[in-house]
Amino acid sequence: MKRLCLLLALCVSTVWAGEAQPMAQNPQVEARLVVIAEELRCLVCQNESLASSHAELAEDLRREVRKLIQQGMTDAQIKTYLVERYGDIVLYRQPVKPLTWPLWFGPFALLLLAVWGLLRYLRQRKALVQQRMSETDHAQAESLLKE
Amino acid sequence: MKKVLIPLVLFFGLVVFLAVGLKRDPREIPSPLVGKPAPAFSLPTLAGDKPFSPADLKGQVWMFNVWATWCVACREEHPLLVAFSKTQSVPIVGLSYKEIQAADQANGPLSDDAKLSLARERSLRFLQRQGDPYKLSVMDLDGSVGINYGVYGVPETYVIDREGIIRYKQVGPVTPELLETKLLPLIRELEKS
Repeated sequence: MKRLCLLLALCVSTVWAGEAQPMAQNPQVEARLVVIAEELRCLVCQNESLASSHAELAEDLRREVRKLIQQGMTDAQIKTYLVERYGDIVLYRQPVKPLTWPLWFGPFALLLLAVWGLLRYLRQRKALVQQRMSETDHAQAESLLKE
Repeated sequence: MKKVLIPLVLFFGLVVFLAVGLKRDPREIPSPLVGKPAPAFSLPTLAGDKPFSPADLKGQVWMFNVWATWCVACREEHPLLVAFSKTQSVPIVGLSYKEIQAADQANGPLSDDAKLSLARERSLRFLQRQGDPYKLSVMDLDGSVGINYGVYGVPETYVIDREGIIRYKQVGPVTPELLETKLLPLIRELEKS
């Protein structure tokens, strides 16, 4: 009897869940849509994300992403779906691959180069200063300072 | 002497980088679809006969041109396509992309049938007036086929080979130069194979 009750209760709940909701009013889908769309670039106005763009294409793509969410695709699958059609440029976070190595590692390489240059310069300058200050110079400087 | 040259060399290096950067068009995005099979679809045609799908043209080299009557740049390239279709045997299939815009539905949403008939009427009128370069046009009212082809700026033109593989994608209007230097040589080569 208990089991039957439970089963009935479950049936009722699935019936409720099955009721179609208008797309824009499903808050979970909308929340995920915003998270995904903020990581995607609108191709018409390239400095805007898909979430913030008012371009017609952005609207279409948001609709498409919403559809894909409802089909049960994961975030990664949805991004792959769009990359297959529009290329890596739709992603704000570019994937790490040989072509994007300069983008990801270039700044660090430049930093290392700058540090190396700085160290070299400092060492040279130190050597120069030490070289210039001979004994007599030193004595002269000291006497001048005492005056 | 050598030391004086270092900043100069660095400066010119920077100038070259910036000059190249300025010349590049950020809207030209290499399509990941080149070298891949043209996405399948089945859409109603403008003429209203049986639906068209890309598989119908297997064994032929053809061009796929995305257009709309509201698209200004499409009008720009239209005469070129008309002239091309008169001299060349390569079929051009048109994709009428989102002919019905939001402004058309300002007085309330239209039904799918109403959209289709309005889009047909408008497109046919346009082609009658400006010339019809297309073997046929298909109607992509909601832009979903456009998404599968990675369309983001109308007009766009694709060259598709005998096996149904996309070999070239042009975003923006086709120019006489592009046609002469890129599209025609490519099409001739594809037709030979």
